[in-house]
Amino acid sequence: MEDSKRTKVRGKAISVDGNDIDTDRIIPARFLRCVTFDGLGSHAFEDDRRQLAEVNKQHPFDDPALADAEILLVHRNFGCGSSREHAPQALMRWQRGIKAVVGESFAEIFFGNCVALGIPCVTVSHADIEALKRAAAADPNADFTVDVQATTVTVGDLTVAGSIPAGPRTQLVEGRWDSTGELLSGKDLVSARASGLPYLTWSSYMAVQKGGE
Amino acid sequence: MGKSLYKKVFEKHAVRELAGGQTQLFMGLHLIHEVTSPQAFAMLRERGLSVPYPERTFATCDHIIPTHNQLRPFQDDLAEQMLVELERNCQQHSIRYLSPQKGEQGVVHVVGPELGLTQPGMTVCCGDSHTSTHGAFGAIAFGIGTSQVRDVLATQTIAMGKLKVRRIEINGRLRPGVYAKDVALFIINKLGVQGGVGYAYEYAGDVFDNFSMDERMTVCNMSIEGGARCGYVNPDETTYEYLRGRQFAPKDAQWEEAVQFWNSIRSDADADYDDVVRWNASEIEPMVTWGITPGQSTPIGSAIPFASEFPADERSVVEEAFGYMDFEPGSPMAGKKIDVAFIGSCTNGRFSDFEEVAKALQRNPDKVAEHVRALVVPGSQTVRQRLVEAGYDKVFEQAGFEFREAGCSMCLAMNPDKLVGRQLCASSSNRNFKGRQGSPKGRTLLMSPLMVAAAALRGKVADAREVFKA
Ligand code: SF4
Repeated sequence: MEDSKRTKVRGKAISVDGNDIDTDRIIPARFLRCVTFDGLGSHAFEDDRRQLAEVNKQHPFDDPALADAEILLVHRNFGCGSSREHAPQALMRWQRGIKAVVGESFAEIFFGNCVALGIPCVTVSHADIEALKRAAAADPNADFTVDVQATTVTVGDLTVAGSIPAGPRTQLVEGRWDSTGELLSGKDLVSARASGLPYLTWSSYMAVQKGGE
Repeated sequence: MGKSLYKKVFEKHAVRELAGGQTQLFMGLHLIHEVTSPQAFAMLRERGLSVPYPERTFATCDHIIPTHNQLRPFQDDLAEQMLVELERNCQQHSIRYLSPQKGEQGVVHVVGPELGLTQPGMTVCCGDSHTSTHGAFGAIAFGIGTSQVRDVLATQTIAMGKLKVRRIEINGRLRPGVYAKDVALFIINKLGVQGGVGYAYEYAGDVFDNFSMDERMTVCNMSIEGGARCGYVNPDETTYEYLRGRQFAPKDAQWEEAVQFWNSIRSDADADYDDVVRWNASEIEPMVTWGITPGQSTPIGSAIPFASEFPADERSVVEEAFGYMDFEPGSPMAGKKIDVAFIGSCTNGRFSDFEEVAKALQRNPDKVAEHVRALVVPGSQTVRQRLVEAGYDKVFEQAGFEFREAGCSMCLAMNPDKLVGRQLCASSSNRNFKGRQGSPKGRTLLMSPLMVAAAALRGKVADAREVFKA
């Protein structure tokens, strides 16, 4: 499908500062009391935003000038902590939706969750993220381009080289990031593999298994 | 060169290489809970997909369940709705639900091992980052996101890249009063909160050999806090002793076959590792965190470090922690006045955790300090039942602790147990992130259960070795 291909993301950038931003901060746990992901967008970074507002400071996610940003710039170990997919779900549902994240490094589960949603996370050096953030600060309307295939990020005259592991990059570029279809196509191989696992033949799981309540 | 357990188990479960270079990996055990599964089931419905291996998925409810009164319907409509949804999904897909009514409910990482579901040589996954806990059995166990929960339900597989393996070897004897929790906090302090990204941790050496299964689970649980998606201990007699006779463990002739299989997946003596780190057990002291990441910790006897002691790129998080916690660098952690004490969670909510504390309380006539709210929350209904049978519920209550029903409780902010305002909480859980315990300004100090108890009695952070002299 053409529109599932993530070759390039273009748009305005929004910066969130700080290392080790965990998923509890991206979407506080109380908003996880839900059975759908709808409506999470408006709560992205809610507690950080409120606390800054209390001391008359503004979180970037509250800056009206950045409300149409689609590329998120972050620092190190972004998305650590809880595995909640609610975090990238909140980001992709915030305003127009974050469509790519650029940062120094990402927590593994967060990265995987983003891939599963078609959101590229590009890793760049510390110096380069600083340069990109400076460009965004200098001109909030600056047009950023994340080239997923070439793994570069460009704004104006500045182009920095980043990286995305080859597997996820291919998935994103070829539009195959929604993994279920591909996994389903290996059905027969899955049963073959399963039959080679000793514990699948033990009765212990089955014997007591009586199905749902 | 021999192979590590990680490599052997990965290879045994590898279905095929996918076009993107990742591996399609078969999942031996899939655990689900009420928070990260409803959207996955909704996606299955949208796509008209079924669950081909329903007998390999087990459900429980832990995050949202209240721990003061579990009567249905819950007072919180949203929580009630989530539980109804889970029950409906399990029923529709013939998935075994470990329900409160049957006394099988509890924190997912407590009940899986307790029922014998978690076994060596398996791949285990759950939409929860602390799935790393199950690695204590010599399983490859890791947390996944909701889209992957959908994948596992629909195919019993996920797409995954191979991790590197770091062997963490700690030899020698731990000093008295040093617990598995301290070992976990020590490792994260040394290797950093993102030191494990891209790695599976293999825990080895005298300390892990001598640990009980509960202790191994505590350390494996916190692998993710050091960035490692999974951590494991090679299975041995301790593992088999624990599993023998449990409800879902293999029996009779299959038990013999199982032990053979389990022995075969142990890391070879000459296994190849991507990295090896070694410490001596005597270096480890009782630890307590002072900041907003599990890596920001110090031995109880030491002072909070100065920002200048950290590498330049860490200083901003250190400064942020000082501001948020309202702590002065250079001041000792001992003596910091606490408001709440919480013993529980998938890190330290098992029988032996509570037993250790109960026995110490029996030696010490003191009561919980007047200004402190202290909670004891068993990790499962079974743990709770065993504590009651041992009479420990009375010990806790007489000392001034609230003895609650099983659940995640104050580990996170999804049920009525929450911090209020800027309260400072001594906690046996695993995360001290900003706002983690329910108040956006609440503050958490991670430590071992006995250190939490010591803080509860004194009303301030204290060295448990002094509070509970043998
Ligand atoms: S006890 Fe805490 S860390 Fe463990 S599963 Fe529950 S909320 Fe997560």
